[in-house]
Amino acid sequence: MAELKLSSLSEKSISRNPSGAEYASDRGFRGLALACGLAMMLLLLAILIIIGREAAPAISKYGLGFLTNAVWAPGRGEFGILAEIWGTLYSSILALIIAGFFGVSIAIFLTQDFLPPALAQVFRTIVEMLAAIPSVVYGLWGIFVVIPAIRPLANWLHEHFSFIPLFGTSFGGPGMAPAVIVLAIMVLPTVAAISQDAFRLIPYKVKEAAYGMGTTRWEAILKVMVPTAANGIFASLVLGFGRALGETMALAMIIGNANQISLSLFSPANTLASLLASTFPEAGQLEREALMFAALALLFITFIVNVAGTIIMSFAAKQQTT
Amino acid sequence: MSITADDISRAAIGARTAPSMRRSFTESRNLRSFLLTAFVWILAIIAAIPLFSVLYMLISQGGARLSLDLFTELPPAGFMQGGGFGNAIIGTLVMVGIGALIAIPVGVMGGVYLGAIAPDSKLSAGIRFVAKVLTGFPSILVGIFIFGLLVQAMGTFSALAGGVALAMGMLSTVMLTSEQAIRMVPQRMKDAATGIGCTSTQTVWKVVLPTALPGILTGVMLGIASAAGESAPLLFTALFSSFWLESLVEPTASLSILIYNFSGMPFPNQIQLAWSASLVLVLIVLVFNILSRLFGSRKV
Amino acid sequence: MSVNLSTPATTAAAVNPQYAISASIDKIFYGDFLAVRDAVIGVEKGKITGFIGPSGCGKSTVLRSLNRMNDLIPIFRLEGRVDFMGQDIYAKDIDPVSVRRHIGMVFQQPNPFSMSIFENVAFGLRLNRFKGNMHEQVERSLRRAGLWNEVKDKLKQNGLALSGGQQQRLCIARAIAIEPTVLLMDEPCSALDPIATRIVEELMLELKNDYSVAIVTHNMQQAQRVADITAFFSVDVSKGGRTGYLVEKGPTAEVFGNPREQLTREYVSGQFS
Repeated sequence: MAELKLSSLSEKSISRNPSGAEYASDRGFRGLALACGLAMMLLLLAILIIIGREAAPAISKYGLGFLTNAVWAPGRGEFGILAEIWGTLYSSILALIIAGFFGVSIAIFLTQDFLPPALAQVFRTIVEMLAAIPSVVYGLWGIFVVIPAIRPLANWLHEHFSFIPLFGTSFGGPGMAPAVIVLAIMVLPTVAAISQDAFRLIPYKVKEAAYGMGTTRWEAILKVMVPTAANGIFASLVLGFGRALGETMALAMIIGNANQISLSLFSPANTLASLLASTFPEAGQLEREALMFAALALLFITFIVNVAGTIIMSFAAKQQTT
Repeated sequence: MSITADDISRAAIGARTAPSMRRSFTESRNLRSFLLTAFVWILAIIAAIPLFSVLYMLISQGGARLSLDLFTELPPAGFMQGGGFGNAIIGTLVMVGIGALIAIPVGVMGGVYLGAIAPDSKLSAGIRFVAKVLTGFPSILVGIFIFGLLVQAMGTFSALAGGVALAMGMLSTVMLTSEQAIRMVPQRMKDAATGIGCTSTQTVWKVVLPTALPGILTGVMLGIASAAGESAPLLFTALFSSFWLESLVEPTASLSILIYNFSGMPFPNQIQLAWSASLVLVLIVLVFNILSRLFGSRKV
Repeated sequence: MSVNLSTPATTAAAVNPQYAISASIDKIFYGDFLAVRDAVIGVEKGKITGFIGPSGCGKSTVLRSLNRMNDLIPIFRLEGRVDFMGQDIYAKDIDPVSVRRHIGMVFQQPNPFSMSIFENVAFGLRLNRFKGNMHEQVERSLRRAGLWNEVKDKLKQNGLALSGGQQQRLCIARAIAIEPTVLLMDEPCSALDPIATRIVEELMLELKNDYSVAIVTHNMQQAQRVADITAFFSVDVSKGGRTGYLVEKGPTAEVFGNPREQLTREYVSGQFS
């Protein structure tokens, strides 16, 4: 190495070769940066390993029957999370339907020149602020605002349409309906933000082409812009779904934490995450082991959904920019 | 091609009648446009209602109780009047601080690796992918992970474990936004530094990081804001305490867990405190959010 | 539709039945910026009208105001009138969407939609609720755009997968599928290589049998090769701004061979650009 360095050509030159310390610090710095990058990988790996390890005793004790058993009875030492799996999927899907509908519409509203830029920025900030409110605050708001607000409508629906399974039970307060509403609000910013990005990635010339063909604004949006952004919109829905699956505190506060499988929007239910949050602090050894198995199930589901969403999103971005 | 079709179009050029191009509201496409536009307006306004409702409740319910006592007193037990959540504010700030101390250096250095040292390598693509996946990961799983890693080993819930859990949650945000900010630094600037004989470390320190600083700070502030509002990971790592923080290795209070605990209590005093704590928590989150916007707007 | 070659069936209000579009533009503004002044120009039926001039002379702006594409820019404002088949397309009660359905446009950058080749061409047909044989009309349009043989076996493939020159011909097929009255082309060859340019130019000469065409080009050879009538624009920088205006127009051979204005002479002989 040393032989390859240039020697100063003139006595007067200020230039000098980098010192040994400079080389060493350069190498050290790159190494450190690499280590920090790798820390990310390690973190994921460690999460998988540790949660897997914690869940191992329960896995060997209960086996796969754990996933198909709907009873959670610490007193009898009987544990199963079918009701929680049902509650997680049911609440997330309903929330996603609402949040997807609102989120994509708002993304259109904010990117397709409906508003002067300043006003669009105001709305964009409002949607971003929705994401900034902590989960527990939504939970508190859900208990004291959402539940009283929907009570009259829920009672009326149950009275007149109780033959529809959705309204089959009477409204007792905490339960699926308020949980879905709060969950939808919490997922909305994710869907809206990623969909907006998808719309913004569409080159201006595509819009020009649509208008040049004589489309109205809405024909351009529905027939050209939405299909062009379709992959990005899909990614926003998948990632929003991932968010909904793992949302914890707000749901633990308003879903009612009841171990039952019901189609009714008005009956209390439970999700994997809220089971963990509401039961864990006071759980005994046996129950804690079982909870770790539930955590592993949650990890498995959210991991798959998030990986799928991330892949779709990078695929969409690549496709749209070429 | 049929000759007749060709003839017709050739003839048509001279023979077209003037089309009506008048605006007509009753024409279906215009009516539909109007209805759809009205519809998205309504949706956008409905979506804004929750935010204003939350803010209204925070100010009316939480603001009503706002006083100095909140910041200097300890949480009251059931049936007791008065009290505050001074220990929870300290706990939140301490744990967010620990989280930031860990997440910022590791996240920014990781961002340097992804954005400046090996932007196009396979490894970087892998790290980036993992970071994106972890961004959407439920924070409760991070809490359980730290429970298994630290709490069980140390034999106690602690501020330290809480801080580490918050750090894990912030890490991916800080790393990805740092990378983006670093990538935004124009290549010509890096070329200039390299061309003058900087080692790659010197290029990063003297040119890339200073230029990317506003963008990096945006990510850091966003990470801190979301960590301050976190609750699920703390439930498994710091738990709660009704006393002042005395050491980093004992159960520690936080605003978010206080809100969670008090919201389920049947006592009006505790419910009021939960609202006040929410107001304080949202203000803390907003301060960091606004800071991130200020840094963001200064981006080059 | 009556098929009668001898009597052009425009309304009585038509300024000159020889023209599909006749525009007399006093001023075009972008906000406070005066972009174009004094452009009296027409698109003759069955002919190709070329717009030439140095960059910034407003030739594209004028072309885009002929089918109200400029309406996409909120600060755009036009003083004057643009008559299409006897109607002022800037009149208050005119729907710009309808205008664009009769006056088609091909853009500088090929801009097919991210959908199949077939759906790209069928787009306008579906938009206008075309009742006839969709497949036949798509094939006809692709044939006229000289693209049929290259794509007939891959109509389901995404339009974006084609080469640049093919994409531009696909855009032409898309524009002519709905049989517009006028076709506006805004530097359609500027993003294409010489071979693709050659093909598109030949195509334009074919198209003028069926449509009235206006083309903006910065390439004087191209104007000479394809345009029947040439309009030369220049840019006036005297008052500190950059305002485009029409210098002269006439049969292409005259504008290039024996121009009336000194400015035109200098431009076509390559003395400034």
